[in-house]
Amino acid sequence: MVEAIGSRKLPALSLLAALILAIVPMPEWIAAFRPNWVAVVLLYWCVVAPDKLGMLTALGMGLALDVLTGSLLGQHALALLVIVYVCQRFPPRIRVIPLAQLTAMIVALLALYELVLFWVDGTAGRTVPLIDRWAPVLSSALVWMLALAILDRWRRVAHARM
Amino acid sequence: MSAPGQTGGGSERNELALGVLFVSLSLTCIALMVLDHRENHLERVRQVLSVAVHPIRVAVDFPFSAWDAASRSLTSQRELLEENEQLRRERLNANFQLQRLAALETENARLRALLDSPAALDHRVLVAEILAVDLDPYRQRFNVNRGVTNGVFVGQALLDANGIVGQIVEVGPFTAEAVAITDADHALPVRVNRNGLRTVAVGTGDSTRLRLPYVTNTADIEVGDLLVASGLGGVFPLGYPVANVLEVRQRPGQSFADVIAEPVSALDRDREVLLVWDANRATSAAVDAAVVSELQ
Repeated sequence: MVEAIGSRKLPALSLLAALILAIVPMPEWIAAFRPNWVAVVLLYWCVVAPDKLGMLTALGMGLALDVLTGSLLGQHALALLVIVYVCQRFPPRIRVIPLAQLTAMIVALLALYELVLFWVDGTAGRTVPLIDRWAPVLSSALVWMLALAILDRWRRVAHARM
Repeated sequence: MSAPGQTGGGSERNELALGVLFVSLSLTCIALMVLDHRENHLERVRQVLSVAVHPIRVAVDFPFSAWDAASRSLTSQRELLEENEQLRRERLNANFQLQRLAALETENARLRALLDSPAALDHRVLVAEILAVDLDPYRQRFNVNRGVTNGVFVGQALLDANGIVGQIVEVGPFTAEAVAITDADHALPVRVNRNGLRTVAVGTGDSTRLRLPYVTNTADIEVGDLLVASGLGGVFPLGYPVANVLEVRQRPGQSFADVIAEPVSALDRDREVLLVWDANRATSAAVDAAVVSELQ
């Protein structure tokens, strides 16, 4: 089981894919619903394999995202740092915690991520209505559930093997 | 999953280390943001990072440009003939207008010479491709595939075949970031082509609408009026078309009217844009540089 996620390749590849998905063109009517791929993937690995990546990874990914999307240098980095810190400080024990509770925690973290972005935007004098910020939280939560389903399935397979 | 000892709570020292790391890294982030927001101190850092993430941009853009190239090489002969015919007609039309323009230009130059004002209508342009990369969904920004190596500079105007598109706000070595005139944080000085009324066109965040918030109720502006760049800000070259007035609503009791305009450039459909080097501006930049070097 440890070998399955033992390599660092999978997290690295999934983070790269998240960066690509973060800037892939989407039709305009759905663009507001683009999930925060990087945040979702980082949270996923923080929950599944907390010792594989940490705040330095979050910082690096955040800076890459800042340069790619042309936002203030450090904005996404700070938002990612905050959620990864919370996730590491209060690690959800996925074997014990009920799924509903885990999902609630993830949604709260995703909302926190948007809140940090919103706060930085506001401080820097860029106005984006807060109401527009809920769409990515919703879609990110959906993606997270999907990831959770995969995780769940994978866990069951792993249990069967044991 | 790893051993429970590693994931579970951990010792207090562990938590302390985590907290210290978090605080120091977030302070770094905040410092970066402040430096980036004030003064743009981080241009070099941004450029280095921009090169580092360049492969990702290329990877995202590749399928789109490849599809473009493929569809270009696979167009049928009939389509090519049709397009050729259409282009021929357009060229004839354009040539016809150019003839008139040539006469007007000489007349304009003669009149300007009489008035002793400098005449510079000489603009150098470079075609740039818009990268198929989505930026912040709340802002109207895009990347183009030209950078410092092509001589692109911050504040450079972007045009398309119909009119003004936007301006450059950030330059990397191989790419540059541009903001469209319809971005909610963008405003450009315009004037009504019919009577020379000067005002400011502000972006709305909607790529098909501009707002003119500073037109008085009594000002002479009508639906269908063409707005052109007034050249006052020093960014956009004088006289290029910007938008058509779509709606004028006088509001009794208010000092300003509600005026909405529609950009003439195909902001949401463009794949290629023109970078403009304004002769006027280039010389003024050169003069600035000379003055600065003299002062030092």
